[in-house]
Amino acid sequence: MPANAFPTGAEYLRFLPEIILTLAGVVIMLLEAIFTNDEQRKIFGPLSIVALLAALLASISAAGDPGAAFSNMLIIDGFASFFRALVIGIGIIAILSSTGYLRQERMLGGEYHALVLFSIMGQCVMVSANELIMIFIGLEISSIASYILAGYLRDDPRNNESALKYFLLGSFATAFLLYGVAWIYGLTGSTNLDQIRGALQTSAAPLVMAGAAAAFMFVGFGFKISAAPFQIWAPDVYQGAPAPVSGFLSVGPKAAAFAILLRVFMTAFGPIADRWEPMVWGCALATMIVGNFAALQQSNIKRMLAYSSIAHAGYVLVAVTAHSETGSAAAMFYLAAYAFTNLGAFAVVTYFARKGEKYVAIDDFAGLSQRQPAMAAMLTIFLLSLIGVPLTAGFFGKFYIFKAALDANLTWLTVLGLLNSAVAAYYYLRLLVVMYFKDPGDSVENLEPAGLSLQIAVYASALGTLLLGIFPGWVLDIASKSALK
Amino acid sequence: MSLLNIVLFLPLVGFLLLIFTPKGNDQLPRMLALGISLLVFVISLGLIGPFMGSTIPEGYQFITDSPWINSPPIRYHVGLDGLSLWLVLLTTLLTPIAVLVSWKSIGHRVKEFFAFLILLEFGLIGVFVSLDLFLFYVFWEVGLVPMYFLIGIWGHDRRIYAAVKFFLYTMAGSVLMLAGIIYLYNRAGTFDYVQILGQLQSGRLVLSSQAEMLLFSAFFLAFAIKVPLFPLHTWLPDAHVEAPTAGSIMLASVMLKMGTYGLVRYSVPLFPNAAHKAAPFIIGLAVIGIVYGALVALVQPNMKKLVAYSSVSHLGFVVLGVFSFTQQGLDGAVYQMLNHGISTGALFMLVGFLYERRHSLEISAYGGVATPAPNLAIVFLITTLASVGLPMLNNFVGEYLVLQGASQVNFTATVFAAVGVILSACYMLWLYQRTFYGKASESLSHHMPDLSAREWAVSLPLLLLMFWMGIYTQTFMPPISAQNARILQQYQQQQNRPQLAVTPDRNFSASEVANAR
Repeated sequence: MPANAFPTGAEYLRFLPEIILTLAGVVIMLLEAIFTNDEQRKIFGPLSIVALLAALLASISAAGDPGAAFSNMLIIDGFASFFRALVIGIGIIAILSSTGYLRQERMLGGEYHALVLFSIMGQCVMVSANELIMIFIGLEISSIASYILAGYLRDDPRNNESALKYFLLGSFATAFLLYGVAWIYGLTGSTNLDQIRGALQTSAAPLVMAGAAAAFMFVGFGFKISAAPFQIWAPDVYQGAPAPVSGFLSVGPKAAAFAILLRVFMTAFGPIADRWEPMVWGCALATMIVGNFAALQQSNIKRMLAYSSIAHAGYVLVAVTAHSETGSAAAMFYLAAYAFTNLGAFAVVTYFARKGEKYVAIDDFAGLSQRQPAMAAMLTIFLLSLIGVPLTAGFFGKFYIFKAALDANLTWLTVLGLLNSAVAAYYYLRLLVVMYFKDPGDSVENLEPAGLSLQIAVYASALGTLLLGIFPGWVLDIASKSALK
Repeated sequence: MSLLNIVLFLPLVGFLLLIFTPKGNDQLPRMLALGISLLVFVISLGLIGPFMGSTIPEGYQFITDSPWINSPPIRYHVGLDGLSLWLVLLTTLLTPIAVLVSWKSIGHRVKEFFAFLILLEFGLIGVFVSLDLFLFYVFWEVGLVPMYFLIGIWGHDRRIYAAVKFFLYTMAGSVLMLAGIIYLYNRAGTFDYVQILGQLQSGRLVLSSQAEMLLFSAFFLAFAIKVPLFPLHTWLPDAHVEAPTAGSIMLASVMLKMGTYGLVRYSVPLFPNAAHKAAPFIIGLAVIGIVYGALVALVQPNMKKLVAYSSVSHLGFVVLGVFSFTQQGLDGAVYQMLNHGISTGALFMLVGFLYERRHSLEISAYGGVATPAPNLAIVFLITTLASVGLPMLNNFVGEYLVLQGASQVNFTATVFAAVGVILSACYMLWLYQRTFYGKASESLSHHMPDLSAREWAVSLPLLLLMFWMGIYTQTFMPPISAQNARILQQYQQQQNRPQLAVTPDRNFSASEVANAR
């Protein structure tokens, strides 16, 4: 047992966000037993948001005192703080956009809020883990909560299908991850990322096997970020899950998984970068192509956004391929930009789908701009950001990623990626066409104005998308300072 | 706050005002759009001042250069020179005209229409005044969005197809330009156009001939699609035919100039050697475009399509002039950009007038219009003759200079281009004959009132300019010539500078370059 078996107060402070989130989740589950009617249960939403805001404050204050915690199992550096703040922020918007939805589905339960908090807590552990076992624990906490969230409307067969697929395929992928961890432990005798790096640098371990272990772990991460060829689950899960949950799944767990992918591959596997770079290169290209070309065919908006999220994972993988400081900063910026954009888009979808998610076909959006011009305008901002039109966050995200890729001499990947983003414009434009150029149909009759909390979620996301698009320096400076070297 | 910033950002303010005007009142957005666009035009007249003295000032005027994004260093760097001056004025002149043209013809979603029109003005002015490559790209793309909506919402039957095609073509071209811009940044360490140009001229930044060719191609593709150069022109007829009149005017008169402006501003000065190497090929495409556009225009049954193909033909002249690399050729090319803006803008406007009266774009639906509407016929005739290139009218000057410049480097191409001039007389006069002469049918005379006061008001400034630019070139040409002389001088310096045959991909210090010589 190491000498510092008892953690210091500073270490607890660094871990405070996770503690707050866990306590809040537990309290909400206890309260659920006491609060039996919907009126009382209304408190869960605000309560979760308060907890998330407290966790956000705690993670920001922890950023001022960076360092390791719990025998070097966790490391709270700038990188971890950036992602902790990001996933907690994602949680706030996700809760805001789901309150109205849960009430309309008559499923206003405490466990929903508790699961979101647990999932975010798991993601916080993931992004600050410095240790393969901690990564695994964080990943499992986040994933198990996500599996249940995907099937939250338990009477709806679509939800059941979604949760089951997510769970089965997810467990399978996690097994690969664990297998890779076991190999690395066997090769280097450690699960600590820095020590693995040291062992690989001195080439004490056979590098071919280290490469294979990296590939196994990449399968596990690749599943979580929905990289091709491990993306099959994403469209089905996003389509079947409740709309606000799909929005959450497409940004929260994904951002955290990218964070650990970056950390593991840039820290531990940094010395064998020339072995995994071609693999990630091919994967990035395949992911962009599969995502974009499959999205062209979709008629269901949730499925279309699912394929779009696969394509966007491909863009971030381009930044991972660059494995440089600018690449890491670009990925961080992109994930933040994408979080605002996609949460906003899914919030509008949540609003539009109405009870029982009746209206989720792209054609249903016909004439939205004439019935609810403000919502249509917000969705336009999100779609333009997804296309990558300047003055939106998505543009700068792409710009930084491809700049980092060109810095790393990935000329072909850049050119192919940019051409991909031109292809992508087509399917986003289709939604714009339907919203603005088609006459209103039955689906937009009786469209009530959005509830307050959903409006806050949509407008906050739009504001974030525009701010990151006009003054990207604010976030980029933080990302550059805290990027992995 | 320099005058240029006011001209640039006033439309953006106008856009925001228009968005937040209350629903239900259609007259308010019209008045607001007209007021703002006229105000922008009046203020923009002040931009001419520094260029009207006996000596044309060196370098850029009305410069604002302040940081926008720190890392990577992207600056809000705008300025005006002889090349951009008239294009900005063209934009500010045509926007109020487009507003007035749409006064009655746009009946639904009026507020949004004028908001997008004014936003378009913002994007277009931005393209012409940016001196930072990144800023330029931002404006280049920003202009795309309002035009997409203008075509898609207020266009004709196949508007959706045309709008999507327009967006995708432009987007596909410009993403590669973005890659080129980032590559240049990585080599030069700045997005600032003036600095990059300085580095290239002083030899601090040396591009290998292969890299230069790739960069040139990336930029050229984006510009060539926008011009549009044969064979990348197919989006243009669709976009023009389906767009509402104001959209066609802005598209033809100003938006296409983004491409030719890019060629003169960026392609030639930044990549002179590659431009020189590619010139014979590009001249070939330009001449094919001139003749092909004219021939296709000849057989069009649809008026707007005819004018659209005539644009392909006319803009071929501009490209021909630019890639002749002669003073006359460049002067003619830039002058031709303005001429085309005035005369083709006027043509689309007049076709729009006809459409509002008869609700058809088919030439066969007309005939004998001159009898019930003689004033309309006269205005259309003058515009037709200007477009054909009759001496004393504006297009003649530009076409003549382009042909003279081109004849110095490639006489064969000049001969074929001259054929295009003849063909343009054929299709335009034939169009005029079929539309305005003959006996007017009963139903046509009934629905063909002559020009209204509003229509006179938008026609007269354009007619005046056609004569002015055709007779007294001296008002407009000196700033253009001075700027073109500088571009050519830089071009020749670069040509004379010995290129390192196999250049390693890195920056040389000045002393290394000196040693290499």
